[in-house]
Amino acid sequence: MSLFSFFKRKQEQGAPGNNGNADRGIMVFENTSEVIQAENVLKKEGWKIRVMGPPPEIQSGCDLIIEFPLIEELNIFRTLEKEGIPPLEMVPVTSPLLQPVDLFHIKDFGEHIMVRAANMKLTVEKTTGNIVNVSGGGCPDVPYLAYEMVGQTLTNAPSPREIGHTLCGYALQLAFEEVQRQCSP
Amino acid sequence: MLAIAGTLPSEGFPIISGNITIDDDHLRIGNERVSINRGTAALMAAAIKTAETLGQPLPCGYLVGDIGRGKGSLNLYKYLTKQLPQSDFQTLTFHYLQPMIDWHEYLQQAINEMKERPTLIADAGFMYAAKMSGKASLYDLFTPDIGELAFLADEKAPHPFYTRGFILHDENRVPDLISRAYTHNNAAAFLLVKGRQDYLANREGVLETVDNPTEEALEAIGGTGDTLTGLVSALIDSGMAIKEAAVVAMKTNRLAGHYAKPTPATQVAEIIRHIPKALLEVLEKGG
Repeated sequence: MSLFSFFKRKQEQGAPGNNGNADRGIMVFENTSEVIQAENVLKKEGWKIRVMGPPPEIQSGCDLIIEFPLIEELNIFRTLEKEGIPPLEMVPVTSPLLQPVDLFHIKDFGEHIMVRAANMKLTVEKTTGNIVNVSGGGCPDVPYLAYEMVGQTLTNAPSPREIGHTLCGYALQLAFEEVQRQCSP
Repeated sequence: MLAIAGTLPSEGFPIISGNITIDDDHLRIGNERVSINRGTAALMAAAIKTAETLGQPLPCGYLVGDIGRGKGSLNLYKYLTKQLPQSDFQTLTFHYLQPMIDWHEYLQQAINEMKERPTLIADAGFMYAAKMSGKASLYDLFTPDIGELAFLADEKAPHPFYTRGFILHDENRVPDLISRAYTHNNAAAFLLVKGRQDYLANREGVLETVDNPTEEALEAIGGTGDTLTGLVSALIDSGMAIKEAAVVAMKTNRLAGHYAKPTPATQVAEIIRHIPKALLEVLEKGG
Protein backbone atom coordinates (compact mmCIF):
# COMPACT_ATOMS: atom_id res chain seq x y z
CA MET A 1 0.00 0.00 0.00
CA SER A 2 1.38 3.43 -0.90
CA LEU A 3 1.78 6.14 1.72
CA PHE A 4 -0.84 8.19 -0.10
CA SER A 5 -3.44 5.40 -0.06
CA PHE A 6 -2.72 4.78 3.62
CA PHE A 7 -3.54 8.39 4.48
CA LYS A 8 -6.56 8.30 2.18
CA ARG A 9 -7.88 5.26 4.02
CA LYS A 10 -7.35 6.99 7.33
CA GLN A 11 -9.22 10.05 6.11
CA GLU A 12 -12.13 7.97 4.81
CA GLN A 13 -12.84 6.50 8.24
CA GLY A 14 -15.66 8.09 10.15
CA ALA A 15 -15.25 10.07 13.33
CA PRO A 16 -14.76 9.97 16.26
CA GLY A 17 -13.44 6.44 16.29
CA ASN A 18 -10.25 6.91 14.29
CA ASN A 19 -8.56 5.94 17.51
CA GLY A 20 -9.81 2.97 19.47
CA ASN A 21 -10.82 4.85 22.60
CA ALA A 22 -14.01 6.59 21.51
CA ASP A 23 -15.96 4.43 23.94
CA ARG A 24 -13.85 5.62 26.89
CA GLY A 25 -14.41 8.49 29.30
CA ILE A 26 -12.26 10.43 31.77
CA MET A 27 -13.03 11.05 35.45
CA VAL A 28 -11.47 14.03 37.18
CA PHE A 29 -11.07 14.13 40.97
CA GLU A 30 -10.25 16.76 43.56
CA ASN A 31 -7.01 15.09 44.72
CA THR A 32 -4.78 12.06 44.19
CA SER A 33 -6.06 10.34 47.31
CA GLU A 34 -9.57 10.22 45.80
CA VAL A 35 -8.15 8.84 42.54
CA ILE A 36 -6.50 5.97 44.42
CA GLN A 37 -9.66 5.26 46.43
CA ALA A 38 -11.80 5.33 43.30
CA GLU A 39 -9.37 3.07 41.45
CA ASN A 40 -9.55 0.51 44.26
CA VAL A 41 -13.36 0.60 44.41
CA LEU A 42 -13.84 0.30 40.66
CA LYS A 43 -11.24 -2.43 40.15
CA LYS A 44 -12.80 -4.41 42.99
CA GLU A 45 -16.15 -4.15 41.20
CA GLY A 46 -14.56 -5.49 38.02
CA TRP A 47 -14.56 -2.39 35.82
CA LYS A 48 -11.95 -1.99 33.10
CA ILE A 49 -10.31 1.28 34.13
CA ARG A 50 -6.84 2.80 34.20
CA VAL A 51 -5.17 5.72 35.97
CA MET A 52 -3.27 8.17 33.79
CA GLY A 53 -2.27 11.82 33.35
CA PRO A 54 -4.93 14.30 32.25
CA PRO A 55 -5.20 15.60 28.65
CA PRO A 56 -4.39 19.32 28.12
CA GLU A 57 -8.09 20.24 27.77
CA ILE A 58 -8.76 19.27 31.40
CA GLN A 59 -8.01 22.26 33.60
CA SER A 60 -9.58 21.14 36.86
CA GLY A 61 -8.73 18.52 39.45
CA CYS A 62 -5.43 16.86 40.31
CA ASP A 63 -2.58 15.44 38.19
CA LEU A 64 -4.19 12.03 37.72
CA ILE A 65 -7.42 10.98 36.03
CA ILE A 66 -9.20 7.64 35.62
CA GLU A 67 -10.16 6.35 32.18
CA PHE A 68 -13.41 4.33 32.22
CA PRO A 69 -16.05 2.80 29.86
CA LEU A 70 -18.03 5.90 28.92
CA ILE A 71 -21.32 4.09 28.29
CA GLU A 72 -21.41 2.99 31.93
CA GLU A 73 -21.06 6.53 33.26
CA LEU A 74 -24.28 6.42 35.29
CA ASN A 75 -23.49 3.13 37.00
CA ILE A 76 -19.93 4.17 37.81
CA PHE A 77 -20.98 7.58 39.12
CA ARG A 78 -23.56 5.95 41.41
CA THR A 79 -20.95 3.52 42.74
CA LEU A 80 -18.47 6.31 43.54
CA GLU A 81 -21.15 8.57 44.99
CA LYS A 82 -22.13 5.77 47.36
CA GLU A 83 -18.49 5.57 48.48
CA GLY A 84 -18.39 9.33 49.07
CA ILE A 85 -15.90 10.01 46.26
CA PRO A 86 -17.96 11.37 43.33
CA PRO A 87 -15.74 12.69 40.52
CA LEU A 88 -15.63 16.41 39.74
CA GLU A 89 -16.14 15.73 36.03
CA MET A 90 -16.89 12.81 33.70
CA VAL A 91 -16.18 13.55 30.02
CA PRO A 92 -15.49 11.64 26.77
CA VAL A 93 -11.80 10.89 26.07
CA THR A 94 -12.09 11.94 22.44
CA SER A 95 -13.65 15.35 23.18
CA PRO A 96 -13.22 16.34 26.83
CA LEU A 97 -14.97 19.67 26.29
CA LEU A 98 -18.29 18.07 25.26
CA GLN A 99 -21.16 18.60 27.68
CA PRO A 100 -24.25 16.44 28.28
CA VAL A 101 -27.36 17.51 26.38
CA ASP A 102 -29.30 20.34 27.97
CA LEU A 103 -31.91 20.80 25.27
CA PHE A 104 -35.37 19.32 25.80
CA HIS A 105 -38.06 18.75 23.20
CA ILE A 106 -41.53 18.88 24.71
CA LYS A 107 -44.65 17.68 22.93
CA ASP A 108 -48.14 18.25 24.32
CA PHE A 109 -50.61 15.56 23.22
CA GLY A 110 -53.49 17.02 25.24
CA GLU A 111 -54.01 14.37 27.90
CA HIS A 112 -50.35 13.36 27.72
CA ILE A 113 -47.03 15.15 27.66
CA MET A 114 -43.81 13.81 26.15
CA VAL A 115 -40.33 15.06 26.98
CA ARG A 116 -37.29 14.11 24.94
CA ALA A 117 -33.69 14.50 26.08
CA ALA A 118 -31.15 13.49 23.42
CA ASN A 119 -32.28 10.04 22.28
CA MET A 120 -34.70 9.30 25.15
CA LYS A 121 -38.42 10.05 25.38
CA LEU A 122 -40.71 9.79 28.39
CA THR A 123 -44.49 10.19 28.13
CA VAL A 124 -46.82 10.83 31.05
CA GLU A 125 -50.58 11.16 31.53
CA LYS A 126 -51.02 14.69 32.86
CA THR A 127 -53.89 14.17 35.30
CA THR A 128 -52.55 11.06 37.03
CA GLY A 129 -48.79 11.40 36.50
CA ASN A 130 -48.78 7.85 35.13
CA ILE A 131 -45.78 7.00 32.97
CA VAL A 132 -47.35 5.48 29.85
CA ASN A 133 -44.37 5.04 27.53
CA VAL A 134 -40.58 5.16 27.38
CA SER A 135 -39.09 5.24 23.91
CA GLY A 136 -35.87 5.91 22.02
CA GLY A 137 -32.39 4.99 23.21
CA GLY A 138 -30.14 2.14 22.28
CA CYS A 139 -28.35 0.90 25.39
CA PRO A 140 -29.56 -2.37 26.92
CA ASP A 141 -30.89 -0.72 30.08
CA VAL A 142 -33.57 1.12 28.06
CA PRO A 143 -35.97 -1.85 27.72
CA TYR A 144 -35.24 -2.62 31.40
CA LEU A 145 -36.00 0.96 32.49
CA ALA A 146 -39.18 0.93 30.40
CA TYR A 147 -40.24 -2.33 32.03
CA GLU A 148 -39.66 -0.91 35.52
CA MET A 149 -41.15 2.56 34.96
CA VAL A 150 -44.14 2.20 32.60
CA GLY A 151 -47.36 1.87 34.58
CA GLN A 152 -45.92 3.68 37.62
CA THR A 153 -46.60 7.27 38.63
CA LEU A 154 -43.91 9.94 38.57
CA THR A 155 -43.77 9.85 42.36
CA ASN A 156 -43.67 6.05 42.72
CA ALA A 157 -41.50 5.11 39.76
CA PRO A 158 -37.85 4.25 40.38
CA SER A 159 -35.69 6.99 38.89
CA PRO A 160 -33.29 6.11 36.07
CA ARG A 161 -30.53 7.51 38.29
CA GLU A 162 -31.23 4.71 40.78
CA ILE A 163 -31.66 1.74 38.45
CA GLY A 164 -30.15 2.78 35.10
CA HIS A 165 -26.57 2.01 34.13
CA THR A 166 -25.68 3.78 30.91
CA LEU A 167 -25.63 7.14 29.17
CA CYS A 168 -29.09 6.35 27.74
CA GLY A 169 -30.23 5.89 31.34
CA TYR A 170 -28.65 9.24 32.16
CA ALA A 171 -30.52 10.89 29.27
CA LEU A 172 -33.76 9.33 30.52
CA GLN A 173 -33.03 10.74 33.98
CA LEU A 174 -32.84 14.22 32.44
CA ALA A 175 -36.18 13.65 30.66
CA PHE A 176 -37.64 12.30 33.95
CA GLU A 177 -36.57 15.43 35.86
CA GLU A 178 -37.90 17.71 33.13
CA VAL A 179 -41.29 15.97 32.97
CA GLN A 180 -41.53 16.22 36.78
CA ARG A 181 -40.85 19.93 36.45
CA GLN A 182 -43.43 20.27 33.67
CA CYS A 183 -46.08 18.38 35.68
CA SER A 184 -45.48 20.12 39.01
CA PRO A 185 -48.23 22.57 40.04
CA MET B 1 -31.98 -16.36 6.16
CA LEU B 2 -32.20 -13.37 8.53
CA ALA B 3 -30.45 -13.42 11.90
CA ILE B 4 -31.19 -10.88 14.62
CA ALA B 5 -28.88 -10.25 17.58
CA GLY B 6 -29.83 -8.28 20.67
CA THR B 7 -30.65 -8.28 24.36
CA LEU B 8 -33.61 -8.80 26.67
CA PRO B 9 -34.25 -6.78 29.86
CA SER B 10 -33.52 -9.64 32.26
CA GLU B 11 -30.17 -9.95 34.00
CA GLY B 12 -29.84 -13.70 34.31
CA PHE B 13 -31.20 -14.65 30.90
CA PRO B 14 -28.65 -16.97 29.24
CA ILE B 15 -27.58 -16.82 25.59
CA ILE B 16 -30.16 -18.54 23.45
CA SER B 17 -30.18 -18.97 19.72
CA GLY B 18 -32.42 -20.57 17.16
CA ASN B 19 -35.62 -20.08 15.24
CA ILE B 20 -38.23 -17.87 16.80
CA THR B 21 -42.01 -18.09 16.74
CA ILE B 22 -44.79 -15.93 18.20
CA ASP B 23 -47.29 -17.14 20.74
CA ASP B 24 -49.87 -14.41 21.53
CA ASP B 25 -47.86 -11.39 22.69
CA HIS B 26 -44.75 -13.47 23.41
CA LEU B 27 -41.77 -14.75 21.47
CA ARG B 28 -40.92 -18.40 21.72
CA ILE B 29 -37.26 -19.28 21.28
CA GLY B 30 -36.15 -22.67 22.51
CA ASN B 31 -37.94 -23.24 25.81
CA GLU B 32 -38.10 -19.53 26.60
CA ARG B 33 -41.15 -17.24 26.34
CA VAL B 34 -40.47 -13.49 26.12
CA SER B 35 -42.82 -10.46 26.09
CA ILE B 36 -42.70 -8.59 22.78
CA ASN B 37 -43.58 -5.20 24.21
CA ARG B 38 -40.23 -3.55 23.70
CA GLY B 39 -36.66 -3.67 22.43
CA THR B 40 -35.19 -6.52 20.45
CA ALA B 41 -38.21 -8.71 21.16
CA ALA B 42 -40.44 -6.15 19.40
CA LEU B 43 -38.03 -6.06 16.44
CA MET B 44 -38.07 -9.84 16.24
CA ALA B 45 -41.85 -10.02 16.46
CA ALA B 46 -42.22 -7.55 13.58
CA ALA B 47 -39.70 -9.53 11.51
CA ILE B 48 -41.58 -12.78 12.19
CA LYS B 49 -44.96 -11.27 11.24
CA THR B 50 -43.37 -9.97 8.03
CA ALA B 51 -41.72 -13.28 7.14
CA GLU B 52 -44.94 -15.19 7.86
CA THR B 53 -46.95 -12.84 5.66
CA LEU B 54 -44.44 -13.20 2.81
CA GLY B 55 -44.19 -16.98 3.21
CA GLN B 56 -40.47 -16.68 3.96
CA PRO B 57 -38.38 -18.70 6.46
CA LEU B 58 -38.67 -17.35 9.98
CA PRO B 59 -35.64 -15.44 11.31
CA CYS B 60 -33.02 -16.86 13.61
CA GLY B 61 -32.46 -15.08 16.93
CA TYR B 62 -29.40 -14.59 19.12
CA LEU B 63 -30.53 -13.23 22.47
CA VAL B 64 -29.07 -12.66 25.90
CA GLY B 65 -30.19 -10.91 29.07
CA ASP B 66 -28.62 -7.51 29.81
CA ILE B 67 -30.01 -4.65 31.90
CA GLY B 68 -27.22 -2.24 31.01
CA ARG B 69 -24.30 -3.68 32.95
CA GLY B 70 -22.88 -4.98 29.66
CA LYS B 71 -22.01 -8.51 30.81
CA GLY B 72 -24.73 -10.14 28.72
CA SER B 73 -23.74 -8.09 25.68
CA LEU B 74 -20.09 -9.02 26.12
CA ASN B 75 -20.97 -12.72 26.27
CA LEU B 76 -23.09 -12.40 23.13
CA TYR B 77 -20.28 -10.57 21.26
CA LYS B 78 -17.94 -13.45 22.18
CA TYR B 79 -20.51 -16.07 21.15
CA LEU B 80 -21.21 -14.39 17.80
CA THR B 81 -17.53 -14.06 16.89
CA LYS B 82 -17.31 -17.86 17.20
CA GLN B 83 -20.61 -18.68 15.51
CA LEU B 84 -20.81 -16.28 12.58
CA PRO B 85 -17.85 -17.55 10.51
CA GLN B 86 -19.63 -20.92 10.19
CA SER B 87 -23.03 -19.42 9.37
CA ASP B 88 -24.55 -18.53 6.02
CA PHE B 89 -27.06 -15.81 6.87
CA GLN B 90 -27.96 -13.46 4.02
CA THR B 91 -29.02 -10.67 6.36
CA LEU B 92 -27.72 -9.75 9.81
CA THR B 93 -29.46 -7.23 12.05
CA PHE B 94 -27.75 -6.01 15.23
CA HIS B 95 -29.80 -4.21 17.85
CA TYR B 96 -29.73 -3.49 21.61
CA LEU B 97 -26.14 -4.39 22.46
CA GLN B 98 -23.87 -2.43 24.77
CA PRO B 99 -21.59 -0.41 22.46
CA MET B 100 -18.05 -1.85 22.74
CA ILE B 101 -15.56 -0.73 20.12
CA ASP B 102 -13.07 -3.58 20.48
CA TRP B 103 -15.79 -6.23 20.26
CA HIS B 104 -17.39 -4.44 17.34
CA GLU B 105 -14.03 -4.87 15.59
CA TYR B 106 -13.79 -8.58 16.43
CA LEU B 107 -17.32 -9.09 15.18
CA GLN B 108 -16.44 -7.41 11.88
CA GLN B 109 -13.50 -9.79 11.55
CA ALA B 110 -15.86 -12.73 12.14
CA ILE B 111 -18.25 -11.40 9.49
CA ASN B 112 -15.34 -11.12 7.06
CA GLU B 113 -14.74 -14.84 7.56
CA MET B 114 -18.25 -15.74 6.40
CA LYS B 115 -18.37 -17.30 2.92
CA GLU B 116 -20.53 -14.48 1.62
CA ARG B 117 -20.82 -11.09 3.24
CA PRO B 118 -24.43 -10.63 4.42
CA THR B 119 -26.45 -7.44 4.20
CA LEU B 120 -25.62 -5.65 7.46
CA ILE B 121 -28.26 -3.66 9.33
CA ALA B 122 -27.63 -1.86 12.62
CA ASP B 123 -29.91 -0.03 15.02
CA ALA B 124 -29.79 1.08 18.66
CA GLY B 125 -26.62 0.38 20.67
CA PHE B 126 -24.89 -1.54 17.94
CA MET B 127 -25.37 1.38 15.56
CA TYR B 128 -23.72 3.58 18.21
CA ALA B 129 -20.77 1.16 18.32
CA ALA B 130 -20.45 1.22 14.53
CA LYS B 131 -20.35 5.02 14.51
CA MET B 132 -18.07 5.30 17.54
CA SER B 133 -15.58 2.94 15.94
CA GLY B 134 -15.50 4.97 12.72
CA LYS B 135 -16.76 1.95 10.73
CA ALA B 136 -20.28 3.08 9.84
CA SER B 137 -19.61 2.76 6.13
CA LEU B 138 -19.23 -1.03 6.47
CA TYR B 139 -23.00 -1.24 6.99
CA ASP B 140 -25.76 -1.36 4.41
CA LEU B 141 -28.48 0.23 6.50
CA PHE B 142 -28.85 2.22 9.72
CA THR B 143 -32.31 2.96 11.12
CA PRO B 144 -31.94 6.00 13.44
CA ASP B 145 -34.68 8.18 14.85
CA ILE B 146 -34.23 11.97 14.78
CA GLY B 147 -32.24 12.10 18.03
CA GLU B 148 -29.93 9.34 16.82
CA LEU B 149 -29.56 11.02 13.42
CA ALA B 150 -28.34 14.15 15.20
CA PHE B 151 -25.77 11.94 16.97
CA LEU B 152 -24.63 10.45 13.63
CA ALA B 153 -24.38 13.99 12.25
CA ASP B 154 -22.18 15.16 15.14
CA GLU B 155 -18.69 13.98 14.28
CA LYS B 156 -17.50 14.68 17.82
CA ALA B 157 -20.23 12.96 19.85
CA PRO B 158 -19.33 9.47 21.13
CA HIS B 159 -22.96 8.91 22.26
CA PRO B 160 -26.30 10.73 21.70
CA PHE B 161 -26.02 12.02 25.30
CA TYR B 162 -23.16 14.27 24.13
CA THR B 163 -24.70 15.56 20.89
CA ARG B 164 -23.90 19.24 20.64
CA GLY B 165 -26.72 21.73 21.01
CA PHE B 166 -26.25 23.51 17.70
CA ILE B 167 -26.80 20.20 15.92
CA LEU B 168 -29.83 19.29 18.06
CA HIS B 169 -31.27 22.67 17.10
CA ASP B 170 -31.16 21.50 13.48
CA GLU B 171 -33.51 18.59 14.02
CA ASN B 172 -36.20 20.15 11.84
CA ARG B 173 -33.72 20.06 8.97
CA VAL B 174 -33.35 16.31 8.54
CA PRO B 175 -31.77 16.51 5.04
CA ASP B 176 -29.00 18.72 6.46
CA LEU B 177 -28.31 16.26 9.27
CA ILE B 178 -28.25 13.38 6.78
CA SER B 179 -25.79 15.27 4.62
CA ARG B 180 -23.58 16.06 7.63
CA ALA B 181 -23.58 12.37 8.71
CA TYR B 182 -22.34 11.34 5.24
CA THR B 183 -19.80 14.17 5.06
CA HIS B 184 -18.08 12.77 8.16
CA ASN B 185 -18.54 9.13 7.06
CA ASN B 186 -20.76 8.34 10.01
CA ALA B 187 -23.62 6.78 8.05
CA ALA B 188 -24.31 3.39 6.46
CA ALA B 189 -24.86 3.05 2.69
CA PHE B 190 -28.55 3.79 3.37
CA LEU B 191 -30.20 5.65 6.23
CA LEU B 192 -33.82 5.01 7.12
CA VAL B 193 -34.77 7.87 9.45
CA LYS B 194 -37.84 7.35 11.60
CA GLY B 195 -39.92 10.36 12.57
CA ARG B 196 -42.99 12.47 11.91
CA GLN B 197 -41.94 12.02 8.31
CA ASP B 198 -39.83 8.98 7.47
CA TYR B 199 -36.81 9.43 5.18
CA LEU B 200 -34.74 7.05 3.10
CA ALA B 201 -31.41 8.53 2.10
CA ASN B 202 -27.99 7.65 0.80
CA ARG B 203 -24.83 9.64 0.15
CA GLU B 204 -26.54 11.36 -2.78
CA GLY B 205 -29.28 12.75 -0.54
CA VAL B 206 -32.91 11.99 0.30
CA LEU B 207 -34.32 9.27 -1.97
CA GLU B 208 -37.85 8.85 -0.59
CA THR B 209 -40.08 10.27 2.11
CA VAL B 210 -43.25 8.80 3.61
CA ASP B 211 -45.59 10.82 5.82
CA ASN B 212 -48.93 9.10 5.38
CA PRO B 213 -50.87 8.05 7.39
CA THR B 214 -49.83 10.42 10.15
CA GLU B 215 -50.46 9.39 13.76
CA GLU B 216 -48.86 11.90 16.10
CA ALA B 217 -49.09 9.48 19.04
CA LEU B 218 -46.68 6.99 17.44
CA GLU B 219 -43.70 9.16 18.40
CA ALA B 220 -44.38 8.49 22.07
CA ILE B 221 -44.79 4.72 21.76
CA GLY B 222 -41.69 2.74 22.70
CA GLY B 223 -40.81 0.11 20.10
CA THR B 224 -42.22 1.69 16.92
CA GLY B 225 -38.67 2.17 15.65
CA ASP B 226 -37.88 -1.43 16.53
CA THR B 227 -40.84 -2.68 14.50
CA LEU B 228 -39.69 -0.62 11.51
CA THR B 229 -36.22 -2.18 11.72
CA GLY B 230 -37.77 -5.66 12.00
CA LEU B 231 -39.97 -5.01 8.98
CA VAL B 232 -37.20 -3.70 6.75
CA SER B 233 -34.84 -6.52 7.82
CA ALA B 234 -37.32 -9.24 6.86
CA LEU B 235 -38.24 -7.50 3.59
CA ILE B 236 -34.56 -7.19 2.57
CA ASP B 237 -33.99 -10.82 3.48
CA SER B 238 -36.92 -11.82 1.24
CA GLY B 239 -34.91 -10.53 -1.72
CA MET B 240 -36.20 -6.98 -2.06
CA ALA B 241 -33.68 -4.26 -2.88
CA ILE B 242 -32.94 -2.03 0.12
CA LYS B 243 -34.65 0.99 -1.44
CA GLU B 244 -37.86 -0.89 -2.20
CA ALA B 245 -37.83 -2.70 1.15
CA ALA B 246 -37.39 0.57 3.04
CA VAL B 247 -40.35 2.22 1.32
CA VAL B 248 -42.60 -0.81 1.94
CA ALA B 249 -41.45 -0.94 5.58
CA MET B 250 -42.05 2.79 6.19
CA LYS B 251 -45.57 2.58 4.73
CA THR B 252 -46.42 -0.67 6.53
CA ASN B 253 -45.21 0.53 9.92
CA ARG B 254 -47.24 3.71 9.67
CA LEU B 255 -50.34 1.84 8.45
CA ALA B 256 -50.08 -0.78 11.22
CA GLY B 257 -49.80 2.11 13.68
CA HIS B 258 -52.87 3.73 12.15
CA TYR B 259 -54.90 0.52 12.43
CA ALA B 260 -54.03 0.31 16.13
CA LYS B 261 -55.85 3.64 16.68
CA PRO B 262 -52.99 4.73 18.89
CA THR B 263 -52.87 7.06 21.86
CA PRO B 264 -49.59 8.02 23.55
CA ALA B 265 -50.35 5.22 26.03
CA THR B 266 -50.65 2.44 23.42
CA GLN B 267 -48.10 -0.38 23.72
CA VAL B 268 -46.23 -1.62 20.66
CA ALA B 269 -47.61 -5.18 20.85
CA GLU B 270 -50.93 -3.70 19.74
CA ILE B 271 -49.29 -2.32 16.59
CA ILE B 272 -47.42 -5.54 15.80
CA ARG B 273 -50.78 -7.36 15.58
CA HIS B 274 -51.72 -5.18 12.60
CA ILE B 275 -48.52 -5.70 10.60
CA PRO B 276 -49.80 -8.59 8.39
CA LYS B 277 -52.91 -6.67 7.31
CA ALA B 278 -50.94 -3.47 6.72
CA LEU B 279 -48.17 -5.24 4.81
CA LEU B 280 -50.60 -7.01 2.47
CA GLU B 281 -52.37 -3.71 1.80
CA VAL B 282 -49.11 -1.91 0.99
CA LEU B 283 -47.92 -4.74 -1.27
CA GLU B 284 -51.28 -4.89 -3.09
CA LYS B 285 -50.96 -1.18 -3.84
CA GLY B 286 -47.58 -1.84 -5.40
CA GLY B 287 -45.33 -0.92 -2.44
